[in-house]
Amino acid sequence: MRAVRERGSYLLYLAPGALLVLAVVLVPFGMNVGISFTEWSGVGEPEWTGLDNYGRLLSDGTFWASFRHNLALVVAMAVLPTLAGLVVAATLVDYIGKHFGARQAAVLRACVYLPQVLPIAVAGIVWSWILAPKDGALNAALRALGLEALARNWLGDPDLALWSLMGVLLWMQLGYPVVIFMAGMSRLDPALHEAAELDGASWWGRFRHVTVPGLRPEIFVVLLTCTIAALKVFAPIYVLTRGGPAGATNVPAYYSFQNFFERTRVGYGAAIATVLTVLVLVLTAVFLRVQQRGER
Amino acid sequence: MRRHAVLWSMVVLAVAMLVPFVIVVLNAVKTPAEYATGGPLELPEGVSLDGVIAFWDRVDFGEKLLNSAIISGSVAVLAVVVSVCNAYALGIGRVRGRTWVLVVFLTANTLPQEALVYPLYYLADAIGLYDTKLAVIIVFTAIQSAFGTYLLTSTLSGFPRELLDAARIDGASKWQALVRVVVPISKPTLGVLFVFFFIWTWNEFFLPLVLLISNENQTVPVALGVLQGQRLMDATMTSASALLGVVPAIAFFLLFQRALTRGITAGAVK
Repeated sequence: MRAVRERGSYLLYLAPGALLVLAVVLVPFGMNVGISFTEWSGVGEPEWTGLDNYGRLLSDGTFWASFRHNLALVVAMAVLPTLAGLVVAATLVDYIGKHFGARQAAVLRACVYLPQVLPIAVAGIVWSWILAPKDGALNAALRALGLEALARNWLGDPDLALWSLMGVLLWMQLGYPVVIFMAGMSRLDPALHEAAELDGASWWGRFRHVTVPGLRPEIFVVLLTCTIAALKVFAPIYVLTRGGPAGATNVPAYYSFQNFFERTRVGYGAAIATVLTVLVLVLTAVFLRVQQRGER
Repeated sequence: MRRHAVLWSMVVLAVAMLVPFVIVVLNAVKTPAEYATGGPLELPEGVSLDGVIAFWDRVDFGEKLLNSAIISGSVAVLAVVVSVCNAYALGIGRVRGRTWVLVVFLTANTLPQEALVYPLYYLADAIGLYDTKLAVIIVFTAIQSAFGTYLLTSTLSGFPRELLDAARIDGASKWQALVRVVVPISKPTLGVLFVFFFIWTWNEFFLPLVLLISNENQTVPVALGVLQGQRLMDATMTSASALLGVVPAIAFFLLFQRALTRGITAGAVK
């Protein structure tokens, strides 16, 4: 009896947090799913249309293109930063840290990490101005170096905009894996490295056979969180390109926003957001499952 | 020789990461005339804050800073409190079904905000909170505390039981045990969470963009982002706005660097 009372009183501490999540996340998400089965402009009564919105999505070229762009952003925000982050972190810890001192490594780490603390919208402003076609800093630099021929309308050219965006996102994202991997490396047993060194393993050999396998948990977490971040990316698109030119940088997150607030096709926007959510949740579940198996 | 080649390649990388910051600062202190003749790469002749001041006045930047500080500060305090209470019930109270409760909280933090935005906009409007700071504070308290709960629960699961038993023998109630034993001992972790919630909320863009429509309620990133989206600014103005957006972020970075690096690693891998 007493045990039951005890549980009851602990439950009380859970109440405010649970209520908040219910009101701000669970109920709104349920409403979003509900809205996705309707045709609704945001005013008046939503009209129930069942799976119509989802059917329309299947044949909507803009929607599929937005997912292809998102794949490119996953490469720019998750795959490349993870690969580069491994090399940079290992270089800073085992090379710079060892031969030049921990302070130097820490300063370099801080430089690489700095873009991560910027509000993404502000980073977008910085880059939209650097990449501006006429008097942007990048084109000005190219002209100053006599490489005028390489100057481009970086964000305004439909063939280039997505690549420019990828570059910006890589710049923003790199610091996160570097910091995580450097912290992870301090957890690794230095004896393994020393043993490999005695066996005559090269730096690259130790990197591949000792560091990378040792960092597996960190690599999983970084890939997962960065992939999710890439799927949700909105602010850089809003500030840099507004999904343009000609839809070349549209992503599902921005496309749903457009449907909600610009085209007033709320039901359709909700369907896009629901698909995106399912994708994120499935991905999370798969990653966690794979990680658990790896730990066993 | 090779050692220095490696060092230099890392220095080049670090410089490449910093270049955008440097040219923002260089251009924000130029006069428009200097910019017009020299372009973005020329070094400024002196430090002129005219552009920054003009931009500050134009967007009432002080007001935006205050809005951001009020929203982020309130969210950080409230979300830490809520997270501690949740984690107390889950990590120490071991409430039944806690694994599933944790899964729900984690999911709540993982959901794309796009899937919440329209209902939140609609609900905020329905209860008269649309375009108020309070709406944004409530929303982010829920979202941040979902993550905080996940993180703190694992910390508090390992909380030394003897301390709690000792408090109970001294006649402490659950509330007293929380406030007098658990919170003081967890202070370092709570501090890191506070810093994180503050900065994350400060940097948020999407939901504040939708929920705060009027000028006098907007946060720093929203005000700058909306102006940029409208493409009304000239180059000097843009660099001034970028500088004003960058400065608080760098200030936080310098103030909290240790907490930040400790925090992201704590959050990433238990």
